[in-house]
Amino acid sequence: MTSTYSRLSRIALAGLAAAALGLAGCTPGSGDSVDPSSSADTSNGDAAPAGGSSSEDPADTQPPAQEINTDGASMGDVELILWDQEVREGQASQFTTLVEEFQAEYPNITINRVEQSFEDLATTLALALTDPNPPDIVQANNARNDMGAFVEAGQLLDLDPYSEAYGWGERFPETVLKNSRYSSDGKVFGEGTLYGLPQVGEVVGVFYNKTKLAELGLTVPDTWDEFVASLDTAKEKGETPLMLGDVEGWPAVHVFGPIQGAYVPPEEITLLGMGNPGADWTTPENIEAAKQLSDWVAGGYFNEGFLGGDYDAVVEEFANGTGVFLMAGSWVGAVIDEVMGDDAGFFAPPPATAGAPKATTGGTSLPFSVTSGSKNPDAAALFIDFITSDHAMEVLAETGNLPILRTAELAPTTGVWADVYAEFQDVSDNGYLLPYLDWATPTFGDEVLKPGLQDLMAGQKTVEKFCEDLQVDYATFTAGQ
Amino acid sequence: MRPSLPVNRRAAVGGWSEAGRRRSNRLYHPATPYLLVAPAFVVYGLFMLYPLGKAVHLSLFEWDGMSLGVFVGLRNYLAVATDGALRASFAHAGVLMFFYCVLPLAIGLVIAAVLNRAKVRGLGFFRTVFFLPQVIAMVVVATAWGGIYAFKGPLNTLLRAIGLEALASDWLGSYTLALPAIGMIGTWVEIGLVTVLMLSGMAKISPDLYESARLDGAGAIREFFAVTLPSVIGEIAVALTLTIVAALKTFDLVYMTTSGGPGTSTTVPSYQVYYQAFKVHEVGMAAAIGVTLTALIFLINVVVNRTADRMAA
Repeated sequence: MTSTYSRLSRIALAGLAAAALGLAGCTPGSGDSVDPSSSADTSNGDAAPAGGSSSEDPADTQPPAQEINTDGASMGDVELILWDQEVREGQASQFTTLVEEFQAEYPNITINRVEQSFEDLATTLALALTDPNPPDIVQANNARNDMGAFVEAGQLLDLDPYSEAYGWGERFPETVLKNSRYSSDGKVFGEGTLYGLPQVGEVVGVFYNKTKLAELGLTVPDTWDEFVASLDTAKEKGETPLMLGDVEGWPAVHVFGPIQGAYVPPEEITLLGMGNPGADWTTPENIEAAKQLSDWVAGGYFNEGFLGGDYDAVVEEFANGTGVFLMAGSWVGAVIDEVMGDDAGFFAPPPATAGAPKATTGGTSLPFSVTSGSKNPDAAALFIDFITSDHAMEVLAETGNLPILRTAELAPTTGVWADVYAEFQDVSDNGYLLPYLDWATPTFGDEVLKPGLQDLMAGQKTVEKFCEDLQVDYATFTAGQ
Repeated sequence: MRPSLPVNRRAAVGGWSEAGRRRSNRLYHPATPYLLVAPAFVVYGLFMLYPLGKAVHLSLFEWDGMSLGVFVGLRNYLAVATDGALRASFAHAGVLMFFYCVLPLAIGLVIAAVLNRAKVRGLGFFRTVFFLPQVIAMVVVATAWGGIYAFKGPLNTLLRAIGLEALASDWLGSYTLALPAIGMIGTWVEIGLVTVLMLSGMAKISPDLYESARLDGAGAIREFFAVTLPSVIGEIAVALTLTIVAALKTFDLVYMTTSGGPGTSTTVPSYQVYYQAFKVHEVGMAAAIGVTLTALIFLINVVVNRTADRMAA
């Protein structure tokens, strides 16, 4: 019995070894999934297909004067493949409407959508982009892990020529565009070439229960200290000041972001959040911000069991009347509006001194990019122009989304959305939309910040150690850039 | 699967010799068995051996899945062995082995022995009930248990209702309890499998053995250790093999309940494979963790099966 078994396993092992030896000769990325000619060829002047070509020559970063066609009707019969994640309620309806309108206006251009959830798109996109025939338009997350990696691999098309042709620079404020800018080697984030355009705005702030705020004799705070004081009042009067469900790890990032915005200069947070060198996580301001979060936990400001709490469940609990404040992104507005209606309000985290510019985490939904392997970049750019036009913003507002442009103008008059629109416009015009902190380095969010915040809140890590760990990851990454 | 191997082989050998004598010799050719195995082997090779070989190959490179890979030899394996976070994830998998293998085996043996000895009516019904968790998709199991463990969920409500308020906890948010809590889900899932396996093993035991044990004056417990347990060594080996594999490759439970938190207290190797490959684009590293995990599972199971063979002999 035993001998038969071991003989079988020996044969299997031998077969394995042979297979491994046979494969050892070739290098991944050299031949099977990627066109071999493109990976070695760095002199490829125009949009380089998937491969390792990253040219340093500044003359090369500007593609050779290519004829840009902005007249959709003259493009002939074209098919565009589009990979997007506009599948949730409001997103889905705005996007379907816009795609239909585009088709009606340009019957010669066919849009073929591949719809996926946010997570699915993030995991499959890298593979799709290495295909010799990649999709034409993709939604790539701004983060270094996603857009940054694709730019470095030469998979996304430089949109600057189209930006000039369509006037995107005038349409969008630079605070928005910078979130989709990278240097052409993917090393610098936040400046350089434009690689995508977003449709929807996002802002992290504070939702509140109007009835409870009135009962506590409080008003919407004008300064950060006032906000902290109102948390105290709520706690004294037996209410749960803040609601949080952090089992997923990232929700606490949206609590820490606004606190940091209140203490740390916005320019510094931008450097830290975009993983560009020149800032430090261990400054007294950063330590003070981390200390405040840990104090909030020690003071019992959060709902019981928040570390193991499910995000969606806690948002629902808040909407159903538990707790006074909920620090979260504008995207939960839809759920809160549905349940609470006019009883819910929203404000951007107040600044340190009344009337000063507000600074908080925010930005844009996933931008739409054109792949460098696209055979019809003109048609792809035309589509992106169409879905970010003034008219598109109206469609977005009608379908319950936060349009990134003309926000205040399109705001509804009642409900929590009225506040969200107004606050977004205020922050994006007069304040600072700070980058999502997990954009910083490929490992920052999942390996350091999310577990780190949980460690900090659970008292497993000191404030100093928390900041030091963030600094190590940030410094290691920026040193290698 | 193992115990049936020698039986099949004996039958096959017997078949050859007789058939070879009676039928003409041209039917038997030395290559015939290999030709018969070939179609299955081609499929196996294509979908099992080739990907495994490919994974071993990839694990020797630093590769982001997009641009050209760089050959780094065994550096990824060195990182698996030395990286604290990765080592911790393997240690967590070790803890899960207790909850997935040891506990279900102990509980499953008792349940099976009781059901078997009591000659319960409607045994089929109990077997189905115990086996049910195995049939439910793990994602559903994880979501359901996530709800049960919620701070205001049924488990804490029950504890408060029976006066054990002090025990009510934030199960999935606790550094000490999250991993055992996930482990208990595994126990709940695996008990059914182990019980059914043990029941089938015990059904084969000849009643004569029990009778003679009773004549010798053995009680229920003595009977269990003297007769039942030695007779189901083969089944125990199978149960351990299956549950060890399940414990070490746990992914969906963690992914759906804690995503490795709080902090890093519930990270597991399979989660690291996913994280390295799809989140930080370290395909070589992901492959190295996967290969290490495969080798580990293989090794542990060789030891388990060798030991069982020796005990059964």
